[in-house]
Amino acid sequence: MPEEVTSLEHPAKPFNEEMLIQRIRDGEHDLFYELIRPYERRVYSTAFAILRNEADAEDVVQEAVLKAFKHIRQFRAEARFSTWLTQITINEARMWRRKEHANIMEPIIDRQDEEGNYTPRDFADWREIPLETLERKEIRQKLAEALAALGEKYREIFVLRDMQHLSIEETANALGISTASVKTRLLRARLMLRDLLAPGFGGSWSTKLFLAKGTKPW
Amino acid sequence: MVISCEEVWREISNYLEGEVDPSLRAAMEEHLRGCKHCTAVLDGTRNVVQLYGDERMFEVPLGFSHRLHRRLEKNMPGNRRSFLGWMVAAAAAVLVAGSFEVARSSVFSRPELRSEHAQPGTGVPPDMIVVVSANGKAFHVAGCPFIHDKAHIQTIQAREALRQGYAPCVRCMKKYLTA
Repeated sequence: MPEEVTSLEHPAKPFNEEMLIQRIRDGEHDLFYELIRPYERRVYSTAFAILRNEADAEDVVQEAVLKAFKHIRQFRAEARFSTWLTQITINEARMWRRKEHANIMEPIIDRQDEEGNYTPRDFADWREIPLETLERKEIRQKLAEALAALGEKYREIFVLRDMQHLSIEETANALGISTASVKTRLLRARLMLRDLLAPGFGGSWSTKLFLAKGTKPW
Repeated sequence: MVISCEEVWREISNYLEGEVDPSLRAAMEEHLRGCKHCTAVLDGTRNVVQLYGDERMFEVPLGFSHRLHRRLEKNMPGNRRSFLGWMVAAAAAVLVAGSFEVARSSVFSRPELRSEHAQPGTGVPPDMIVVVSANGKAFHVAGCPFIHDKAHIQTIQAREALRQGYAPCVRCMKKYLTA
């Protein structure tokens, strides 16, 4: 599916998102499907990172995408469309959570002091989890569980920066916080995930499942 | 400059992003050479960034896209077309949009990317020297901390990397990505 056209001989022009947005503003509404298609999975993961519930995340994405369509005239070309759509999704997800789950408990990890230094655990037998293992659903599931165990302020930043690959500045803008906070929380999120994923140390891995017969799954 | 483990941990993120100044970087590398714990922290953190940065982590529920489009369809003004009708229109729209710049670079002859969801690059200088690994999916600048499987890397021209279906690394080749 050619959503972007690229060429080595004529390198300059990417798929022209700006032009697409202009045509949607001029009334070619059907083109909106093409505009959002490359971002659907990403905005879903953003909503899911905040809400941790599939059905809620899906509803929120639908609301956010509809909102983006209705307000497409307010989009300013100096931002990236993906960042703008992400921002709308974050706002929708936060509103949804306030409305639907006002009394839900945040994980205990959220109450940790972000300013204090975090001491990463020392694992004697740490081993890399190879990328190939992502083909396995149970590994992806474990990674998702570890992410879900982080407090929201860490989860949001980690998803935007390390999964959606927004820059530090874009992440700060999307969440309305300083770049210094982004960096502090990002470091904390990465270190906590590293600890959570280290097998056999009370993290999210099941030692029964993964350490059977004394071997690791990777 | 001699630095402590705590100072190394504090800068691990920035180190991975390539955002520490040369003197601090040198001090960290000196420390890492003699400290197994910090090396494990660095490797583990890099592993986390690589794993979660992989597009395979973006999973959506079955039928998600279809339901999203149905919802949009219902809410678009003056749009009462069937979903099938929309699919046809969307396919046509892509062809029209593509044709603005397509002519010769037939999109149909573009090599298939090794990674199903990766973005192809734009404006990559064909003669640029890049690093790939046999089992990897992305090409990198030499020394990028996100090179996968360093034991099997080779240095080739960007032209060849693209021909083989490698996509630009989302970190070190970010400027060649469009979205």
